[in-house]
Amino acid sequence: MSATFDPLMVTIAQAGAPAPMAGATLAHYLFVSAVMFALGLIGFLTRRNLIIMFLCTELMFQAAGIALIAFSRFHLNHTGETFVIFVLTVAAAEAAMALALVVLLFRRRESLDAEQWDEMSG
Amino acid sequence: MTATELSTFTLTLASLVQESGHAAPAHSEPAAGGMATLLVPVFTLLGTVLCGLFAAFKVKSKLPAWTTVLLLAASFAAIVYTYATGQGTTSPVIAHGFDWISITWGEFGSAGHGHGIAANFSFYVDALTLLWMLFVTGLGTLIALYASEYMSHDVGAGYCRFFAAFNLFVFSMSCLVMADNFLLLYLGWEGVGLCSYLLIGYFYKKPSAVAAAKKAFIVNRIGDLGLALGVFLIYVQFGSVEYKAVFAEAGRYIDAARAGHFDQIPWQVQLIPLLLMVGAFGKSAQLPLYVWLPDAMEGPTPVSALIHAATMVTAGVYLVARSYPLFLCSETALPVVAWVGTLTALLAATIGMAQFDIKRIMAYSTVSQLGYMFAGLGVLTSTGAAFHVLTHAFFKALLFLCCGAVMHGFAGQLDLRKLSGVWKIPGWKVVSVGMLIGCANLSGFPLTPGFFSKDMILAEAFVTPGMAAIGWLLLLTAGLTAYYTFRVFFRVFVGPVEYEPGDELHAHDDHGHDGHAEAHGTVHGHGDSHGHSAATGNHGHAGHFHPHAPGWAINTVLAILATLSIVAAGLYFMGDHGGWAANMVHHSTAALPPAPADHAAESGAGHAHGSFLGMDPHAVMYYVSAVVGFIGIGVAFWLHFAGRTTAATSRADALVPKLGAVARAAQHKWYVDEIYDFLLVKPLWVLSHIFHLIDALLVDGLVDFAGWVPRTVGKVIRPAQSGLLHGYAIGMAGGLAVLLLIVLLAVT
Repeated sequence: MSATFDPLMVTIAQAGAPAPMAGATLAHYLFVSAVMFALGLIGFLTRRNLIIMFLCTELMFQAAGIALIAFSRFHLNHTGETFVIFVLTVAAAEAAMALALVVLLFRRRESLDAEQWDEMSG
Repeated sequence: MTATELSTFTLTLASLVQESGHAAPAHSEPAAGGMATLLVPVFTLLGTVLCGLFAAFKVKSKLPAWTTVLLLAASFAAIVYTYATGQGTTSPVIAHGFDWISITWGEFGSAGHGHGIAANFSFYVDALTLLWMLFVTGLGTLIALYASEYMSHDVGAGYCRFFAAFNLFVFSMSCLVMADNFLLLYLGWEGVGLCSYLLIGYFYKKPSAVAAAKKAFIVNRIGDLGLALGVFLIYVQFGSVEYKAVFAEAGRYIDAARAGHFDQIPWQVQLIPLLLMVGAFGKSAQLPLYVWLPDAMEGPTPVSALIHAATMVTAGVYLVARSYPLFLCSETALPVVAWVGTLTALLAATIGMAQFDIKRIMAYSTVSQLGYMFAGLGVLTSTGAAFHVLTHAFFKALLFLCCGAVMHGFAGQLDLRKLSGVWKIPGWKVVSVGMLIGCANLSGFPLTPGFFSKDMILAEAFVTPGMAAIGWLLLLTAGLTAYYTFRVFFRVFVGPVEYEPGDELHAHDDHGHDGHAEAHGTVHGHGDSHGHSAATGNHGHAGHFHPHAPGWAINTVLAILATLSIVAAGLYFMGDHGGWAANMVHHSTAALPPAPADHAAESGAGHAHGSFLGMDPHAVMYYVSAVVGFIGIGVAFWLHFAGRTTAATSRADALVPKLGAVARAAQHKWYVDEIYDFLLVKPLWVLSHIFHLIDALLVDGLVDFAGWVPRTVGKVIRPAQSGLLHGYAIGMAGGLAVLLLIVLLAVT
């Protein structure tokens, strides 16, 4: 993969940024991201508790965020970081709404079991 | 009702009348005037609305009848006022109601063809209009009075509906007869058709009445198509639908037409009357569209008298008389009118001879007499036709109302084989005398109005060159008419007293009229008939059945009509040749323009003037037709009165087998209905079923298939939607995995 090299961006990126962990390459970050995503996905697929499932989606979100940050650093630009800031904002809003929904759903069925809900069956 | 409102309105209109009375005609354009005629549609429409409101408030009295009688009498008074003050009697005046249709397009203000159309709600009041309106409103009033008693069985049930339609009919008729343009005439034309439909189908729970109503409406549609096309062609040819413009334009061709140079007249102009004629034949029940009128007798008798004998059916005659300038412009139109009228007259008379239902005989005689009127128009005596319309309106209304009184009194009995000697039953004198006067008129008994009006047509048929065959056929028809008319009289009104009641009480039960039992309770002797007619009912006078004689309203109306049917003869002697009617027609669009000088000279030489066996028809026709009439009456006397001892049998019975197939065919109305059924109804029925199949299989099939495809696809893939969150999650994960696999394979 060849990154476009921008001398100005290099300067800015490296000026205030902490020194990278010695020996840590892009692949390490991506591996962590992939593991987190896989854990989130597995959790989402296997658990039936709505709150746990919601937490798992958050996990997958953050996994994607780590990958974006890593690529951003790798390319020495701010595109990925900017994107992550937006994702976090949206995630915060979405968390508030999703938890409210979970509360409502709980009130309806007195249970957090996702399998209680199959009204959309075709 | 708000009497004050009405009176203020009347005052306003009366002041308008005052103003218009002073207006003097300044130029050839018809002057404004005759504003009182506008009251007629106002009154009758008011009557319709009021009767509708009475129905809504469930009025259970004779209020609708008295309202109708009052408003129609007021309408009649308005027309009489117009006539008496001479508005329109000598030169036409136009009473402008309001602007109805006024459209312009193209270059504004250009007067060229096709740049606008104007049709106002205005009345063209001339002598022809007044002639018609006098008897429409006059007879309307009398028949409404008659109906107030005749329809008394239905008080609280269909009574309001009947009188609402009655008023609406007179409204439509006034639009038809008084319109100053063909569009308003068309409105009235359709309006009377609608009212006719409503009133024929008045007993809407009786299948035969419903069928008759539909038949009348559908057959009239065929005629109306012709009229509509005629009006379109008039607009295309003359650029206007207003009488004054159209007849002024048509006047350009009149001289050529009167001189016989028809090749100088465009064929489109010559086509117009042929189209208008189709409409006239439909409305006035002429061949081949007459079949609806006899069936129309399913309606209440006052309706038969007013609409299907005296007024509406003469609308076709009116249309031809009104458009006479157009008819004169066509080489073929008037001969066709004459021949169709003559053949209808003959055919209907032969059918009438063989019927047993007295109301139906009167219906066929109406068709036959309308044929006379058309023949009169066709042989260039619009005067004779108009006079015959007038006399026929009186005596045919009289005849129908007499038949209606019989029907009313004998619980719906109309079969002349089951009624006899009505004259001798107490309380039936007025009806019997009325019937005698009506029959004398219809059969052309000397010195009756019917005699004079029929004579004018007969004489003119012989005078008109090339029309002698029509004259002979009409003379034959006159004999047949006298026979079948007096057949009814000799069978039903004289001879041994013998009768059996009809089944009207059952019929009334079928109609489901609420409260008719209550109404019957007030009629003396009727209550007994309940039990009797429920039994087999042989000879009623021996049992419990007592016919109930007509009351004061019916007797009064019959007396007035009978008087009119005698004194109308005086009209013939008012004025010069042709009398009052000629005077009226002369001052209208139906007037015959004088032949051009060279043509007149030719006819003066005696070439063109027809004769009756070498004699002057005008001089001898009185005697000839009187003799023919006496022969007809004599035959009826011999066959149906002399030596008759029972109601059911007469000397004619022996004659029927000898005539064999002819008598049978006449009895079956020459199988015309069956022929129409075979030639038109059945093929159309088959065609409509084929179309129905195409619709059901092809069109519906395609539509259904378009719906079936998504439904089936949906049914197949619907289980994929489990509704469970995990199902969707696995789907997403699986999709992601597949996507990754593809990317992986693509990259490596």
